[in-house]
Amino acid sequence: MEAEGRVPGPPPLPPAGGGIGAELPAIPPGAARAPLLGAPAEVLELDDEEDDLEVFSKDTSLAEANSFSPSMTISPSSMINQYKFEDEPELRDLFITVDDPESHITAIETFITYRVITKTSRGEFDSCEYEVRRRYQDFLWLKSKLEEAHPTLIIPPLPEKFIMKGMVERFSDEFIETRRKALHKFLNRIADHPTLTFNEDFKIFLTAQAWELSSHKKQGPGLLSRMGQTVRAVASSVRGGVKNRPEMFTEMNDYMETFSQKINVLDKIAHRIYKEEREYFNEMKEYGPIHTLWSASEEDIADSLKGVASCIDKCCKATEKRMAGLSENLLPILHEYVLYSEILMGVLKRRDHIQSELDSKIDALANKKADKDLFSEEIGKLEDKVECANNALKADWDRWKQNMQCDMRSAFTNMADNNLHYYEECLATWESFLASQTVDCHGEEDSEDRP
Amino acid sequence: KRKINFWMKNVSKKMEITVSEAEKRTGRNAMNMQETYTAYLIETRAVESQNEGQCSPVDSLWRRYSEFELLRNYLLVTYPHIVVPPLPEKRADFVWHKLSADNMDPDFVERRRIGLENFLLRVASHPVLCQDKIFYSFLTQEGGWKEMVNETGFQLKADSRLKALNATFRVKNPDKRFTELKHYSDELQSVISHLLRVRARVADRLYGVYKVHGNYGRVFSEWSAIEKEMGDGLQSAGHHMDVYAASIDDILEEEEHYADQLKEYLFYAEALRAVCRKHELMQYDLEMAAQDLTSKKQQCEELATGTMRTFSLKGMTSKLFGQETPEQREAKIKILEEQIQEGEEQLKSKNLEGRDFVKSAWADIERFKEQKNRDLKEALISYAVMQISMCKKGIQVWTNAKECFSKM
Repeated sequence: MEAEGRVPGPPPLPPAGGGIGAELPAIPPGAARAPLLGAPAEVLELDDEEDDLEVFSKDTSLAEANSFSPSMTISPSSMINQYKFEDEPELRDLFITVDDPESHITAIETFITYRVITKTSRGEFDSCEYEVRRRYQDFLWLKSKLEEAHPTLIIPPLPEKFIMKGMVERFSDEFIETRRKALHKFLNRIADHPTLTFNEDFKIFLTAQAWELSSHKKQGPGLLSRMGQTVRAVASSVRGGVKNRPEMFTEMNDYMETFSQKINVLDKIAHRIYKEEREYFNEMKEYGPIHTLWSASEEDIADSLKGVASCIDKCCKATEKRMAGLSENLLPILHEYVLYSEILMGVLKRRDHIQSELDSKIDALANKKADKDLFSEEIGKLEDKVECANNALKADWDRWKQNMQCDMRSAFTNMADNNLHYYEECLATWESFLASQTVDCHGEEDSEDRP
Repeated sequence: KRKINFWMKNVSKKMEITVSEAEKRTGRNAMNMQETYTAYLIETRAVESQNEGQCSPVDSLWRRYSEFELLRNYLLVTYPHIVVPPLPEKRADFVWHKLSADNMDPDFVERRRIGLENFLLRVASHPVLCQDKIFYSFLTQEGGWKEMVNETGFQLKADSRLKALNATFRVKNPDKRFTELKHYSDELQSVISHLLRVRARVADRLYGVYKVHGNYGRVFSEWSAIEKEMGDGLQSAGHHMDVYAASIDDILEEEEHYADQLKEYLFYAEALRAVCRKHELMQYDLEMAAQDLTSKKQQCEELATGTMRTFSLKGMTSKLFGQETPEQREAKIKILEEQIQEGEEQLKSKNLEGRDFVKSAWADIERFKEQKNRDLKEALISYAVMQISMCKKGIQVWTNAKECFSKM
């Protein structure tokens, strides 16, 4: 089962036999549980038009039915990287975990709920421990409420609704696990955020029972009006950049455009590497046993052949670990920041929109001399609004950048580490084989008559 | 460049042999059509045994692949009891996608040059083959060599394929060791070709893994332009990614030489089978001669005693349609007796030939086995060494990259 909340230091390892939600975690007996459908498949198919990647291998069979093993062991260090945030762990008073996906079948639909456990010492919470069940829709609701309340704060990304590309069965084990981890991260990022952590809807999300949440959701502006807000924001930015945009935000915009580009390419590269590693693994699986087969018809060199076979098999396993490391750490983080780049572009647009409201009111005032007082009051309010928005974004931006730097540093360092371990393991294997061979060899005779 | 000193009994000198160059040529072929081919420069140099330092001038001549083939065919026919070293492949096989299958490709030509040199060295170091005059002329006599080979009439001595196939099916008592050897060579051929095929695919995939990492270099560099604190770390890490991606080229090129070593033994399997076939042919010949002799003896006996032990049409017809005169019978018996004597002598010599063949073939096979075990073990060790080198390079690159990342 999941580690309990975020603790300072490495979380306790899950009991032997399972990674975090590696196989489907134990469902309480008797719970209504449908067999999860679909064969495991790759989460993300790559585009064929990878223009910015040099394609080197001709027989890229993208439509393989890959047998992706979900039961990968998770090392303590990768767990730390997954849950590490830049805020001091000792100051945390809110610990959240997301686990235990369960499938529910009704007449209309089938959906998955996740268990959300909250442990807190905060006074405003009536209890110190909560356990609720939430479905993806609920997370979407929370995100939109947060965006509504704080249009210029950087709300963490949610995993996508579904992956369009490729043949991913919505309820594949791998898909659910990836989503669960991302949802866990989502809530924890909110908990870490100095402002968002005290949001009322957030509290309700964590604590309310299912029926309470439903009725609360019905209040407040409907979905359409929320969509309207973002649509208007986008529209206003389409009409042309904001004239009086402070330099700082133009810089941010430029930065985000480039960052977004780069992070997307990095995401593609990392996926491509994973794919190539898997192809390599598949070939290696066949390569080792041939040597064993050969050894059966030889006498003198049978041991050497078997030795090589065993080395290749060990390197094969090391490759599997290497792949697992990639998929545990680098891939999710890069993907998260791909989503973040979209979010940030949206935040910048919303800020621009708020500013354009002010600007257009000012323009209107300049044109109509009448109702000056009324306008001044409105303008005053809007000016405050703009100042608030700008300050909030500035602060959040700095925080986001720091987090990003930290996340990237740890993700790539971890990847390098991963690869280091891979090569170290392979090196040890081959060196011990070589040692065994040179011990057997008696003095080599004069090699003069051998080419 | 590998050199070898070998001792030519009838020439009494030690020689160094290299195939040092390859050159593209154009010429006209037998059908007077223009063709392009590659010629290889064979250099030989006598080395005085007393003064290793003193070197005589280098002799050299050019040969093309087809001449090597002619030499080998001559050796095959002339020394059927010897496991004749194979030539490097005529066309590129077991290529992974970056390698060219084109015969004119410089890398292929280079590897073939090495293979041809290896062939010459193998022949020159063989206790029997190195003494062959045709081989010596191949190395030293530029003009008229082809005619010389053809004058030996070796093509006439060659066994027909059909005859050999027939013998393989019909032979009753081949030496068990040769039957086992045949099975072994079949297995060897099958397993090595399988291994080479998969190795090529593994190489392809490995190439992919390394090269895609090269993309990191470019993107890190572009990304570092917009970062202040992370910029340096990204930039330098990117450089290491480029180094990593580039390193695979040398690694895989080295591996090709390993593949070539295995290929040699793949082709050696065919040479082993050739010796087995020759044995089967001789054995079959022997069995046929013995059978013939037995039937003649029987015929003779029947004629002499007038009895018919076995049914024969001739016997029946002569009984039914008239007896032979005693003189006729006597004549027949005399002829048969002569034939029987001839046959017995022939059988004796065939038997001797067969035993000699088996003895000398088996001696060479033992020599071959030891050579094979040595060479293959060495090849496997060199493969391990290559893997170790690759791992060490990987460790270095990723250690450097890790350091750069941690400074981001």
